[in-house]
Amino acid sequence: MFETIRYEVKDTIAWLFLNRPDSLNAFVAKMNREVKDAVKKASNDEQVRCIVITGEGRAFCSGQDLSEVDEKMDHGQVLRDHYGPMIKQIRQCEKPIIAAVNGVAAGAGFSLALACDFRVLSERASFLNAFIHVGLIPDSGNLYYLSQLVGHTKAVELSILGEKVNAADALKMGLANKLYPLESWEEDVTVFAGRLAALPTKAIGLIKRSLKVVPQLSFEDYLEYEAQGQRIAGLTKDHREGVAAFMDKRKPVFSGQ
Amino acid sequence: MNSFDFIETSIESSVAIIELNRPRQLNSLNRKLVSELVEAMEYFDRDDQVRIIVLAGKGRAFSAGADIDEMTDDDPISLELLNQFADWDRFALIKKPLIGAVKGFVFGGGFELALCCDILIAAGGTEFSFPEVGLGVMPGAGGTQRLTKLAGRTKALEWLWSGERISAEDALKYGVINKIVAPELLMEEALKFANRLAKQPPLSLRLIKDSVNKAVDSSLSEGMQYERKNFYLLFSTQDQKEGMNAFKEKRKPDYRGK
Repeated sequence: MFETIRYEVKDTIAWLFLNRPDSLNAFVAKMNREVKDAVKKASNDEQVRCIVITGEGRAFCSGQDLSEVDEKMDHGQVLRDHYGPMIKQIRQCEKPIIAAVNGVAAGAGFSLALACDFRVLSERASFLNAFIHVGLIPDSGNLYYLSQLVGHTKAVELSILGEKVNAADALKMGLANKLYPLESWEEDVTVFAGRLAALPTKAIGLIKRSLKVVPQLSFEDYLEYEAQGQRIAGLTKDHREGVAAFMDKRKPVFSGQ
Repeated sequence: MNSFDFIETSIESSVAIIELNRPRQLNSLNRKLVSELVEAMEYFDRDDQVRIIVLAGKGRAFSAGADIDEMTDDDPISLELLNQFADWDRFALIKKPLIGAVKGFVFGGGFELALCCDILIAAGGTEFSFPEVGLGVMPGAGGTQRLTKLAGRTKALEWLWSGERISAEDALKYGVINKIVAPELLMEEALKFANRLAKQPPLSLRLIKDSVNKAVDSSLSEGMQYERKNFYLLFSTQDQKEGMNAFKEKRKPDYRGK
């Protein structure tokens, strides 16, 4: 049902492969839509407890396909119509989303990785805020997330100088969570995704929800928000399982319920 | 009370709960549903057991609006003779506090119904809108009037003309709703709020609602006189004696609604 991506669910993990390797997985409007639809599908699939976005071939995603850009293009409208809905769908998702960055993530490809909860890197991964090189500003939520992740100083540097960041530097800078060697890349990603999928999924969703509102709420309002979140978590089977396992001195088996 | 086709009612301690019950149609409002709703509300309004009424919707939406099929073939004379909005006028006459617990879509007639409530609690992610303009009509059950009174002319015109969806955050910002709670806890939080109100002296709540509604619709001097009469009137209640005695005796008051 998808043309620009490949979507498969294995065990409890939804894999979303950007699948335009000949153009380094560059975005065309259709790919924006398909990523959005796939994330929505995975969000609604009760079997799925973790989502991995990665690229086919040697790149993660090279950003907007420039062959689709012409003088008549209203760049703002393209964001409203295509990129915005995709990024919002990712932001709404209450399941953990990993960007498994297998190669270069440039432009909107970088933005896509930033919108995910975790970025795990192959030794071949790199980030490039390429927008400045074509006279544009980082889009698709890029600066919003980037400034949160690496702070103002680095966000300015990466966006205005537009220099490539290799995997090791990205990890040091706080842009990523893990760096895996090439030989075991696929296996390491699978293990990490499996680990996330085995955690209490509802609590993960509530943590994501809470982190999102932090910048908008006063401390007092946040404490009320947190109380509601904990009330919901306190009603889950996984909470009961966690407490029971602790009492029994055994490993908990979480169901995501 | 009769049994209903399109709503479900229950009472938990002194709180009556009325739920729109056409979840497969996203609780779209047909005329029968509205008349059932009025009947249930008026019944609870007279029921001594009930102090607060909570209005909610079953399923994922509060209400996606009026049943369009029902009115496609209407003409002005048939609408005048049907006089369907007479039922809607009766919502405004309910004396007890009416708390709306809304979620999902609150569109068109569903939004107008929500605006009939005294307090609105919305689940996170709730969207409000008046899409009537897109069908070549406009709200007819108080939408243009009540929204304007709450949010002001500026936003009311923007929202009513564009038909665009209003986020729960914007609805809160412009004074259309009272608060936003986690979707999973909507009923729990609404009932918590209702139970808190249920401990307040019912006649005070009643005359406060009466006076506040007066403020919306009359001059300040007229409203002030009206308020004063209601204030004096409360001094004839047992609950006024109970409230003031409890305050003096440093104990919790126990209000009887008398």
